[in-house]
Amino acid sequence: MRNRPKLSLRVPQPKHRPGDKPDFSAMQISQAGEVRRPEIDAAPRDMTDLAFSLVRVLDKDGKAIGPWNPKLDAETLRRGLKTMLLTRAFDDRMFRAQRQGKTSFYMKSTGEEAVPVAQAYALDRNDMCFPSYRQQGLLIARGYPLVDMMNQIYSNAMDPIKGRQLPIMYSSKAHGFFTISGNLGTQFPQAVGWAMASAYKGDDRIAASWVGDGTTAEGDFHYACTFAAVYRAPVILNVVNNQWAISSFAGIAGGDESTFASRGIGYGLPALRVDGNDFLAVYAATQWAAERARSNLGATLIEHYTYRVEGHSTSDDPSRYRPADEGKAWPLGDPIERLKQHLVSLGEWDDKRHADAGQEALDQVAAANREAMGHGTLGENKLPSVATMFEDVFKEMPEHLRRQRQQLGV
Amino acid sequence: MPTMNMIQALNSALDVMMAKDPNVLSFGEDAGYFGGVFRVTDGLQKKHGLTRSFDAPISEGGIVAAAIGMGTYGLRPVVEVQFADYIYPGFDQIVSEAARIRYRSAGDFTVPITIRTPYGGGIFGGQTHSQSPEALFAHVAGIKTVIPSTPYDAKGLLIAAIEDDDPVIFLEPKRIYNGPFNGHHDQPVQAWSKFKEAEVPEGHYTVPLGKAAVVREGTAVTVVAYGTMVHVAKAAAEDSGIDAEVIDVRTIVPLDIDTIAASVKKTGRCVILHEATRTSGFGAEIAAQVQETCFYHLEAPIERVTGWDTPYPHAFEWQYFPGPARVIDAMRRVTER
Repeated sequence: MRNRPKLSLRVPQPKHRPGDKPDFSAMQISQAGEVRRPEIDAAPRDMTDLAFSLVRVLDKDGKAIGPWNPKLDAETLRRGLKTMLLTRAFDDRMFRAQRQGKTSFYMKSTGEEAVPVAQAYALDRNDMCFPSYRQQGLLIARGYPLVDMMNQIYSNAMDPIKGRQLPIMYSSKAHGFFTISGNLGTQFPQAVGWAMASAYKGDDRIAASWVGDGTTAEGDFHYACTFAAVYRAPVILNVVNNQWAISSFAGIAGGDESTFASRGIGYGLPALRVDGNDFLAVYAATQWAAERARSNLGATLIEHYTYRVEGHSTSDDPSRYRPADEGKAWPLGDPIERLKQHLVSLGEWDDKRHADAGQEALDQVAAANREAMGHGTLGENKLPSVATMFEDVFKEMPEHLRRQRQQLGV
Repeated sequence: MPTMNMIQALNSALDVMMAKDPNVLSFGEDAGYFGGVFRVTDGLQKKHGLTRSFDAPISEGGIVAAAIGMGTYGLRPVVEVQFADYIYPGFDQIVSEAARIRYRSAGDFTVPITIRTPYGGGIFGGQTHSQSPEALFAHVAGIKTVIPSTPYDAKGLLIAAIEDDDPVIFLEPKRIYNGPFNGHHDQPVQAWSKFKEAEVPEGHYTVPLGKAAVVREGTAVTVVAYGTMVHVAKAAAEDSGIDAEVIDVRTIVPLDIDTIAASVKKTGRCVILHEATRTSGFGAEIAAQVQETCFYHLEAPIERVTGWDTPYPHAFEWQYFPGPARVIDAMRRVTER
């Protein structure tokens, strides 16, 4: 007993800090095609290995291999690629708009586009999405007008949510996109409740929700997994592990102790861990989980293993806490480049078409931006009417709010 | 007309609404098969089916969040939080989510949910089964907060809450579930069946949200109360012989200040009662609004009779509870000026 060391407190540290040379050689990465694909009615306890491996379809040459290959036709693949290009172009333009002082805030999804875009195509159009703040690809894939996204970002007179939310906190029931909270994780158990309602009504729609690696530490994650398992809710619970929660690496949320997918095992949820930069793997895993949910077999937890290439938001400078070239060293590549390589290898794409598609995306974004700026940008005072500030607190405006509105003189 | 205690009246409200609207369902801890620790959901599972009245995990955050998700789908869930003292794990979902989803989505998504929870003291529940957290909810824009004081109102207000298209916190004064409590803890408990407020129609009716009731007319002083304290106020008036006008607020948000102000303008005096702690209690809000609307009619300072600014102590229940003696003292102070 006397020889025991004194207790010491461990605080996890990331592998690399600014100035270090990023080295991911120790990272365990399954080979493409290597991971088995269980039947959709497999018992969760018979597939716990999938919480520790990595579902990958695209190999280093861009070939789609293995049991998870969703065998998508070329048109669907091209559509996915173009939507990812459009999402990236949109992000770049809106980031610049913030730097130009046209809005207060923006968040890019660079390097993570495959997650929302592939999932939007794998889900049914009527399925309900409860996103976090980096799934703009869902809205773009579902055809929400770019100009409406920009109107929201600029809080102008045409802002669909009347200037009430920080930029990018979109809401569109018509596009199956739940109002983004801004508080983290709250949407996760709400999605489970929505899915329970769908099951209660004998509907065939399912729900999907997204949180980041950092947010898995919130109680809401536990509530969601518990309720999803207990009531066998038709919901897909996605953890987008992009390695960083602002400046905290995934280890601060417990990511060094076990995979985020493995959290599902304790709840009795099937858990998949997927290469989040592999469009086909994300699509296939989502399709598996959706089919399972729609067959009344309940929820699936999916960890999308990816990397946040840019800062957390326009307010963040990631060079303060991680090597500037860490993203370039990320061993799972870039989702757009990988899907491009695949289409090229199929003979369904080439550099010229890629360059043209990129230009088309830029033009589309530029046209939408011209239109949105015509409606005003933040600071130009082309705002929704101030009187609307008192609306929608309740369905009917109570007397005290009517009196407060009169006090303000609007 | 049947007589019901408050538990039976609340049960009847749920039963009526579940029969009327297939989108109404109820869940909570022990609230399914067993029917809730206070029996409010008793029999609902047997009558309406397993998926319409069921047990929930011990997870107030999850219960509220699931209800919100169901509400955005189009259901009207009524959830039970076993004691108001346990509601805090669900607080973020209530404050940051339920209250603001209509606003932040500009009406795109709405949350027509009702959160029922027993609150208040007088049952020797100690600091974790006696709290009155109404002011915490009243301070949040976007939720309505309702507190009945009789079986008739309990049923009518609960039906109105379920039919309301916004989230409602429905606080049930648990000390008066089985009979009105006038604050005289040393007197025998009286059953609701002896009182006309226990005459409750079997079918559907509503008591509108946002409307206070004058439950005793008087000229000497206006006593503003809600929940259990309504009965203490009435007893204090009878015991003292002071001709108090007693107002049952019934809904604290939206507050019916017009009914309160009309009474204070008549009496010139105002005493406000609540069991909750004093500092930043809802009485402070009522006092501020009475001052704003009735300043030139006031003949005496507004008084508050409340719980003390301590946790609710188990062994000193009757020193903590603002009983008739303290209420009468306050009424005397304002009427003898």
